Amino acid sequence: MQPFLERVKNGPVIVADGATGSFLMEHGLRPGDSPESMNVTEPGLLRDVAGGYVDAGAELVQTNTFGGSALKLAAYGLDDRTEEINRLAVEAVREAVCDRAYVSGSCGPSGRTLKPYGDADPDDVRGSFRRQIEALVSAGVDLLTIETMIDLSEARLALEAARSVSSDIPVVATMTFDATPRGFFTIMGNDVPTAAAGLVEFGADVVGSNCGNGSETMVAIAREFRACTDAPLLIQPNAGAPRVVDGRTVYDETPEFMARHAMELLEIGVAIIGGCCGTTPEHIRALREALLM
Amino acid sequence: MEILSQIASELQRGADDEVRTLTKSALEQSLEAGVILEEGLLAGMQVVGERFRAHEVFLPEVLLAARAMHAGVEILEPHLGKTDAHSRGKVVIGTVQGDLHDIGKNLVGIMLSGAGFEVIDLGKDVSPEQFVETARDSGADVIGMSALLTTTMPGMKKVIALLKERGLDSSVRTVVGGAPVTEKYAREIGADSYGFDAARAVECVKELVG
Repeated sequence: MQPFLERVKNGPVIVADGATGSFLMEHGLRPGDSPESMNVTEPGLLRDVAGGYVDAGAELVQTNTFGGSALKLAAYGLDDRTEEINRLAVEAVREAVCDRAYVSGSCGPSGRTLKPYGDADPDDVRGSFRRQIEALVSAGVDLLTIETMIDLSEARLALEAARSVSSDIPVVATMTFDATPRGFFTIMGNDVPTAAAGLVEFGADVVGSNCGNGSETMVAIAREFRACTDAPLLIQPNAGAPRVVDGRTVYDETPEFMARHAMELLEIGVAIIGGCCGTTPEHIRALREALLM
Repeated sequence: MEILSQIASELQRGADDEVRTLTKSALEQSLEAGVILEEGLLAGMQVVGERFRAHEVFLPEVLLAARAMHAGVEILEPHLGKTDAHSRGKVVIGTVQGDLHDIGKNLVGIMLSGAGFEVIDLGKDVSPEQFVETARDSGADVIGMSALLTTTMPGMKKVIALLKERGLDSSVRTVVGGAPVTEKYAREIGADSYGFDAARAVECVKELVG
């Protein structure tokens, strides 16, 4: 495989994986448990998820470490196992995908609100990301994905942590936006131009958006990103908005529907296209077939 | 009164030191604590709530305004006699069992106290028994429940069922909200009201208590 950033530059478009959490829930993850604890208890399941996505055509697979920062794990009393939980996650994915896909270390929000709005100290948050990222990088991820951020200040701390661990590891950084009558904003009020410029300035190689929106809205968000940055883009829509039917969570966007909109993302020039909540290997297979025909 | 609108506008800026100083001088000018609360602090918070709802300001502005409000309330508290009865009602809030997400719930709490309600915040991962027993023991008017996960949402239904079981469903009303919760779901589980967003949740509580 080419080094990740060369592939991003040279193309063709990279198809990324879809959701992990919903698969884990179907296989025994109980509400309220840490999804990352399964890296220790059920590594076989993690290999199954990753293998399923690669078989469906994904060339970028995320580790199950979205909540793997020390601060986030502390909410479950697991922070003293940060290194182990992150290392096992990388090992499971690597074993499943070998060299068929890039392995991306996922880093989600700390779950804390930074001062002065909340009580989290920036140094603690940066240190918490650093512990996670050190573990991911030394376990051999090909890239890092700092994702689902709603506060550019927190994304900055995660990017600083990543850059303090490695100056040259490829880093993708994405934020989650709400559609408001005044345009797209994160909950903390960051708009797309601010996010795009900030993420690049703080060290991201690839920027974009994941989660929070279905395919149609994500196309509009991708257009806004394209209009304000030359950086390569990553977009991962949800399979629509979740609905609960008979106690089960249902996402309405079909693989075909997502694949049609993925073609629009391709036309906009998005370099990496995958799925977020509610997407399955079937969605990824449809994306792959549409995008790389 | 000039000073009351000054308090309101400093609160909107999230300037807690200024709000503290102005609240003190308002008391020195012999204004009633209840009036300072209503026409200064709460009036300012009301504007912030409206602007948040219109997406003109975002979470940081609301959090700073809330902090400024608490600074003012601290000054007023010793002067708010029991007869002032500044509480418009009592609300027990929390994120349902198994769910550790609390940004939305915290925001509702802040805006409810901003609107003059007494808020008992049970935090996150709250069991049905905790919700119902706290509401009963404190004589609360409303239980507000939040969930971010579709997998934890059914906890809301359990709370409502437990209220019925204990014969409390007529005295304690319920409001539900959170990203996956819809109007339809709220109706299905028998909730009294559905807070689409934090501002709407506060309106719901006002309607239920009023």
